[in-house]
Amino acid sequence: MIKSLFLAAAAAVAMSGAAEARDQIRIVGSSTVFPFTSAVAEQFGSAGKFNTPVVESTGTGGGIKLFCAGIGPDHPDIVNASREIKDSEVKSCAEAGITEITEVKIGYDGIVLATSKEHPPLSLNQEKIWLALAKEVPVNGQLVANPYRTWADIDPSLPADKIEVLGPPPTSGTRDAFVELALDKGCAKFPEIEALEGDAKKAACQTIREDGAFIEAGENDNLIVNKLAANPRAVGVFGFGFLDQNTDKLHAALVGDVAPTFETISDGSYPVSRSLYIYVKNAHVGVIPGIKEFVAEYMSDRASGEEGYLIDKGLIPLPAAEHETVGVAAMALQPLTN
Amino acid sequence: MSAAANRLRRRHGAEWRFRACGAIAIAIAIAILAALLGGILWQGVGALWRTEILLDIDIDAGTIDPAGTRDPAALAGADYGVLVKNALRARFPEATERKQKRDLAALASNEAAYALRDRVMTEPGLIGTRLKLWVPASSDVDMLWKGVLDRDTLVDGGRLDADQVAWIDALAADGSVATSFNAAFFTGGDSREPEQAGIAGALVGTILTMAVTLVLSFPLGVAAAVYLEEFAPKNRWTDLIEVNINNLAAVPSIVFGLLGLAVFLGFFGLPRSAPLVGGLVLSLMTLPTLIIAARAALAAVPPSIRDGALAVGASPLQSVFHHVLPLAMPGILTGSIIGMARAAGETAPLLMIGMVAFIVDIPGGITDPSSVLPVQVYLWADAPERGFAEKTAAAILVLLVFLAVMNLAAVVLRRRFERRW
Repeated sequence: MIKSLFLAAAAAVAMSGAAEARDQIRIVGSSTVFPFTSAVAEQFGSAGKFNTPVVESTGTGGGIKLFCAGIGPDHPDIVNASREIKDSEVKSCAEAGITEITEVKIGYDGIVLATSKEHPPLSLNQEKIWLALAKEVPVNGQLVANPYRTWADIDPSLPADKIEVLGPPPTSGTRDAFVELALDKGCAKFPEIEALEGDAKKAACQTIREDGAFIEAGENDNLIVNKLAANPRAVGVFGFGFLDQNTDKLHAALVGDVAPTFETISDGSYPVSRSLYIYVKNAHVGVIPGIKEFVAEYMSDRASGEEGYLIDKGLIPLPAAEHETVGVAAMALQPLTN
Repeated sequence: MSAAANRLRRRHGAEWRFRACGAIAIAIAIAILAALLGGILWQGVGALWRTEILLDIDIDAGTIDPAGTRDPAALAGADYGVLVKNALRARFPEATERKQKRDLAALASNEAAYALRDRVMTEPGLIGTRLKLWVPASSDVDMLWKGVLDRDTLVDGGRLDADQVAWIDALAADGSVATSFNAAFFTGGDSREPEQAGIAGALVGTILTMAVTLVLSFPLGVAAAVYLEEFAPKNRWTDLIEVNINNLAAVPSIVFGLLGLAVFLGFFGLPRSAPLVGGLVLSLMTLPTLIIAARAALAAVPPSIRDGALAVGASPLQSVFHHVLPLAMPGILTGSIIGMARAAGETAPLLMIGMVAFIVDIPGGITDPSSVLPVQVYLWADAPERGFAEKTAAAILVLLVFLAVMNLAAVVLRRRFERRW
């Protein structure tokens, strides 16, 4: 038995030699960007010049950690991110010797509040969303436990239906973005909240009610879509791509009188939207074959342009002029400057 | 009525109630299982079929082989998508606006171009002729044809617009739309296009991973169990080991993934996403379960077998390997199959070592990047495209069949080894 242990160890050491040479791009990171990057990877591989890159779905934070672990074939070349890289992450990258990172903004993602088509779409804004979902809201200058039971309690023009929102759990990137773009923005409009300081303000803005009005429906957005079909009075929170695939059953609430569409998200008039990025490790360009060509494919018109195949997958394109400048900067591998 | 008869009736009543409860419990379990399997089967069986469109394609020599050399490299790199689009436009010349042309081209899958390429590559004589070819339809058309997308709800802003539905109806009217067996699902790797996605990559990955797990954990686990049960002295150390094995069996599986990341990837530098590392991690996870099951099976062998063997002069080693172990084998096999089946359904530990990934190529060995069946189910279940719903269900069916085959193997092996005394 000791012999076979030794054999296994010997095999392991022998295999580690195999990891040295790599002729395949490795990508990690956000599960939101994953469907887009994997579509590009598939196209890139099917052209036949390079191997199909391996794309992992690890989440943005986990992906950046792997990305920043070091330089060399054991570490990924590109990371998908559904938010901008943080200064602390750039710093930890630099500590591992990764000083040159190229940021490529690939497009936008909108977060929608969708309802079944059986009822007319809700007309909301960020304040109303926050009032519907916050744990404590200001009433007559005092923060009290959220008293609103129906949408009509918040605004008489809204239907008198019970507030029932199906959303992602705190582990999800969609939840982070929803909190940041809808709740934080909404609560900032109330003077009672503005009067609070630091952590107390953050807690007041970001704590979601726990009395059953907000239901954590799991990481899987398809599950929320199916639940909306079964419960037409409920509102679902998920990425625009899922709305786009289910337009026969669902439509989205207006936020600030703007409905989420490709155009309104792209020009920034729909407020609950975020930018999506990929980050490229410049030190790997020329070492791992195909990185430059992969970025070129990603930023080509046929992929992320206004009528590209990523748009069919639900990516919101950058405006044409920005797409062009981002593409040029990406091809030049201009590193981030701090 | 006498008191005795009364008591008897009560006792019979109690027995009857107990039996009824048992029968009801089993009936509920069977009903739930049937509903679950039925639901998956109902959804997944659609993935066995795919919708195809018959196109009359003009294989224009000027487009795909302008030099006229018939050079295979040039033919492989040519743009066959244009030919497919032209064939659709020739069929529906009324599509003239840019959007209409795009909508028309969206009826056929990207794979249509690859199907045409493969056909032309094998038969270069077709260049310059017209060819009637069944090409795969896009996923949206597939969903419409299978009735997943309801055509009444498509009118106001659905996935397909009125033009597209009219074109499909026109094609269907002259028999140019049909479904055929979706062999690509069983031979292809993963894809972001639902109509092209296949399960082969994940299935091969699972087989490779399970092979590594079996090869590592079975001999190690059985040897550990035999030593601990038959030879090890009973003292504080073996007690400590026993407690630890029992604790390890209850450790959440993601912890083994973290261990794998630190040790196998970090220290040994093994490749990410490889079935080798997946197998190593899963064997760590399986070992405690296997050792516990194997020890229980060894302990269940009657002591008279050992005593008999020793009495006729066998050494302790001979008594274990000639008599006790063969008798314990059926139990050990059951234990290892249960452990392996649990490992085959894991995704959590594989996340850390990079197997939750989009991998198109089918792995050829234990160091190639690969995913496994449960990961494929997880990734497809998370995809926004409608077409992936049936693929998810079909992938679950493949996973269930895989587990059933493993269990069947265990039953067959049990039958061969089974002894009664």
